[in-house]
Amino acid sequence: MRDAKQANTRVVVRLGVTAVLMFGFGFALVPLYEVFCDITGLNGKNFGRGDVAALEVDRSRTVKVQFVSTNPETMPWEFKPVERSMRIFPGETHQTAYFAANPTSHWMVAQAVPSVTPAEAAQYLTKINCFCFDRQPLDAGASQEMPMVFVVSPELPAHISTITVSYALYDITASEPVALQDKTKTGSQLL
Amino acid sequence: MATVDIDLPHVKDHDHDPHHHGPAKGIGRWLFTTNHKDIGSMYLIFSLCMFLIGGLMALIIRAELFQPGLQLVEPEFFNQMTTMHGLIMVFGAVMPAFVGLANWMIPMMIGAPDMALPRMNNWSFWILPFAFLILLSSLFMEGGAPNFGWTFYAPLSTTYGPPSTTYFIFGVHIMGISSIMGAINIIATILNLRAPGMTLMKMPLFVWTWLITAFLLIAVMPVLAGVVTMMLMDIHFGTSFFNAAGGGDPVLFQHVFWFFGHPEVYIMILPAFGIVSEIIPTFARKRLFGYPSMVYAVASIALLSFIVWAHHMFTVGMPLVGEVFFMFATMLIAVPTGVKVFNWVATMFRGSMTFETPMLFALAFVVLFTIGGFSGLMLAIAPVDFQYHDTYFVVAHFHYVLVPGAVFGIMAGVYYWLPKWTGHVLNESLGKFHFWMSFVGVNITFFPMHFVGLAGMPRRIPDYALQFADFNSIASVGAFIFGLSQLIFVYNIIHNARVGEKATAQVWDGAHGLEWTVPSPAPYHTFSTPPKVD
Repeated sequence: MRDAKQANTRVVVRLGVTAVLMFGFGFALVPLYEVFCDITGLNGKNFGRGDVAALEVDRSRTVKVQFVSTNPETMPWEFKPVERSMRIFPGETHQTAYFAANPTSHWMVAQAVPSVTPAEAAQYLTKINCFCFDRQPLDAGASQEMPMVFVVSPELPAHISTITVSYALYDITASEPVALQDKTKTGSQLL
Repeated sequence: MATVDIDLPHVKDHDHDPHHHGPAKGIGRWLFTTNHKDIGSMYLIFSLCMFLIGGLMALIIRAELFQPGLQLVEPEFFNQMTTMHGLIMVFGAVMPAFVGLANWMIPMMIGAPDMALPRMNNWSFWILPFAFLILLSSLFMEGGAPNFGWTFYAPLSTTYGPPSTTYFIFGVHIMGISSIMGAINIIATILNLRAPGMTLMKMPLFVWTWLITAFLLIAVMPVLAGVVTMMLMDIHFGTSFFNAAGGGDPVLFQHVFWFFGHPEVYIMILPAFGIVSEIIPTFARKRLFGYPSMVYAVASIALLSFIVWAHHMFTVGMPLVGEVFFMFATMLIAVPTGVKVFNWVATMFRGSMTFETPMLFALAFVVLFTIGGFSGLMLAIAPVDFQYHDTYFVVAHFHYVLVPGAVFGIMAGVYYWLPKWTGHVLNESLGKFHFWMSFVGVNITFFPMHFVGLAGMPRRIPDYALQFADFNSIASVGAFIFGLSQLIFVYNIIHNARVGEKATAQVWDGAHGLEWTVPSPAPYHTFSTPPKVD
């Protein structure tokens, strides 16, 4: 009887620990997923930020870069790219901008979240400066042009001729008081 | 184990005599019981109630879909019905029914006096009704019940979910804890309480499939608990696991959910494999063909279930490598499943078959589950899945594997072991009446869904285009036939519990195994002294 009891305790402890570990594993999937996407460039996640680097410009071909914008249903701002698309040489640094207007009667803060299609191109597109690095506050009725500077690496595979850069603009006014305390962090967290 | 009688005066008489210890009287018997048979019965009755409630919701869905246009319910309520139907059938009907069968049968099949951890057993049952009370109460709350589908994809369930989502999360936590405790108990019982001589490879297949299922439960139910906890934090504590605005990722939700969700699919089918593997040899009067290969097939299905989850999300924009990997990994599952179907057929080959009610359900299981398996193979093909995704073809597929699959497996098991529980021989006419009504009803309901699905009818929508009208009205008629015929099932169980010829210990003349060596009805305590297995 004592042996059976010990054996049961052993099974319960081992399986209980396994269950707790698996609960932790569920949460571990979050960073694992990020790391996996980062390494492989899957999911358009590795939409990197970087400094100006002297890249050799590849003038043998051009790449079409399209800009699109999305507003979730809860976001009342007007938000659109200034240029819908541009043709560039890989390796060349370019600047463009998005236009945002706050038509509401109150001050609001927005955060843009980028994504790149096809996902394979994500790791070759580097943002040198981007409005998505920071939160964007706008007074009631105000509008602004928000710049972004980017470069497409000359190592971009030859079969990719079009890259679509998409921004979704989210209303984060509600979380602003908390976010203010740590202003520099929010932008980089997103990347 | 026998620690329950410490407060009895005759502490010395530890090995109490089974014939003098009956169940306690009154409601206390059920509230405080640690007896595996009582707890098994409660699990089964509970799951039958949930099956009827979930079925009622299905009938509301089918009644609305009888004609195009909106007739009976508001679209919001329709969404609540599809969500609650799924949640209740998966977590309230199918899973507890298997746990109930495990409680009743596993100790008797391996020659154990009870489950290894009887008090935990009581607890793991009694928290379950509360989980579902919480879940069902959300129907009466302001904003209604959860309406985002049983898969509760974020951000639909986080940013856009009703306030009752928090109750749903709490309910899922409780039922998860219940499942994990049940699984630990089953593993401890199987590993520690087998009768002398009952080696692992001599265990009945129902015990084997449950052992593997229990490991799956322990591996994935905590992940489900994790994903709902993340939802809770996103909703109430300002985190952004699944909120893109805060740097989270909605697609991550689907990955974590289906990492739980796909093994969950096998949790709902493996014990049914086990039941069918018990029944077919009995009524074919032959030994099960290829016992070791059956065990290995179940184990390989369980292992493969961990590397195929993303076939539920081929259309999220996965890279090609991912689509190809998950496509082939999924198709690989057809191999061990094929082994099982082959073995069942080979068991019947040249057997002296008779067609009693449990055998009819088992045969329907083999045929209809295989149809569901084939449509699953079609869905596994990534390029065509883009057309099938979120259509009624998917609904047809998973209802074929879950209704005539898991549910028929449970019904087969109930009819098979009912005489052992009640001591009365089964009324075959009533049983066959139930079988044929269910068999016809289930096919009329779900077969036309393949066609409307391939033609592009989306799932989870209360209205549809006119060209789908005929098949939908046929499906609705079938649903009412199937739904109402479950009343025969309820009647059969009550009838058998009250009247019927006295059953022998063996009950079915081809039945073998330890559970058929104890009298029918099985006494309150069985195998207090372990039997000897050669």
